[in-house]
Amino acid sequence: MATMINQKTSVLGSLIAQNKDQILREWIAEMNDSARRGDLIKEVELRSQCARFLDLLAQGTAGAGTNVQSGAYDPMREMLGEISQSRAQQGFSAKETATFVFSIKRSLFTVIRDAFEKDPKTMAVEIWNATELLDGLGLYTTEVYLKAREERIRRQQEEMLELSTPVVKLWDGILALPLIGTLDSARTQIVMESLLESIVQTNSKVAIIDITGVPTVDTVVAQHLLKTVTAARLMGADCIISGVRPQIAQTIVHLGINLLDVTTKATLSDAFGLALQRSGFALVKPQKKEKQDQ
Amino acid sequence: MEKIPILRMGEFLLATIQVDMHDRLALALQDDLTTRISETGARGVLIDISSLEIVDSFIGRMLGNIAAMSRVLDAQTVVVGMRPAVAITLVELGMSLTGVKTALNVDAGMELLHSAVDGEREFYGSRI
Repeated sequence: MATMINQKTSVLGSLIAQNKDQILREWIAEMNDSARRGDLIKEVELRSQCARFLDLLAQGTAGAGTNVQSGAYDPMREMLGEISQSRAQQGFSAKETATFVFSIKRSLFTVIRDAFEKDPKTMAVEIWNATELLDGLGLYTTEVYLKAREERIRRQQEEMLELSTPVVKLWDGILALPLIGTLDSARTQIVMESLLESIVQTNSKVAIIDITGVPTVDTVVAQHLLKTVTAARLMGADCIISGVRPQIAQTIVHLGINLLDVTTKATLSDAFGLALQRSGFALVKPQKKEKQDQ
Repeated sequence: MEKIPILRMGEFLLATIQVDMHDRLALALQDDLTTRISETGARGVLIDISSLEIVDSFIGRMLGNIAAMSRVLDAQTVVVGMRPAVAITLVELGMSLTGVKTALNVDAGMELLHSAVDGEREFYGSRI
């Protein structure tokens, strides 16, 4: 039975090879009607992709029948992978990307129909084989497309993490860490690491953690903050938490979070003042010189 | 058996941990330090752990114990130079070493010891 299917599908392969030009013409016409995005991809590029697809399809069916996972389809899968990845970047939707494969059906079926006009049974078997094969390839395209999307989202998340944890030096021995966005475990870890590294590098004795940009403080966030403060203290640096908004102060007390061991200030400027004082600096406003003539 | 050298600097003792701590070494250090404090009547102990890369809960507890014991013997303890990774590990282990003074480096630690001891003197000066 298996050999029979192999034989049949290699018939499919030779059919494709023989009628390549006709299939290609009808396929591109079909795509022009339905799914081609003239704004996103050039006709020449599309035509070369289609031609290559047909070559590889003929090669694959000749080697391994409809088993898309087998080694004979490696170059085909590689090519589809490249196409979906580039389309995901170009801005095609998942549907448009998969339609690239599915839209070949009509032209391929026409060829099969013409070839087996006198033998309906073989025609049905061949059409089923072709459907199975193209469905497999189409689904693979969608899968790669989604993977490319997910990869992009993951990369953006990483970039966001790095962007959102800058440690700035305010003064000799005073660091500030303005936090923006919700704090979760992964972010706290990065925040903590970059703060502690900066403390060592700049030899700072005071670090100000500004939470003006943190939308809500719940027990988890508070726990993360306390961990950071404790780790900094273990290294010998003092931490001040600033930017506590009235609502957050209320929430903290309602939740029963103990922030007594941590210095907190309402604004960053208050915290900076305290940090200067602790480091032994004083800000003095220069007195205006009295006018000589009066 | 290897030992951690304890140096005397004026009225302070200086212990620099430069090898990986194992439990027996930690206990030996605890023993040595308390003995030296009572022998010399030191007012402060500075423990430099800047080359310590690996800690566990035992070492963490030992640092806390040394601080508590020195306090009983009337000496202040400052732990200096803790690495970020070590600090994070201790926090994740739930050990915040409350009651142990810390400083960024030996310089800052010495300053801290001096000011703590001077403060004590000022406070008790009239009575001693």
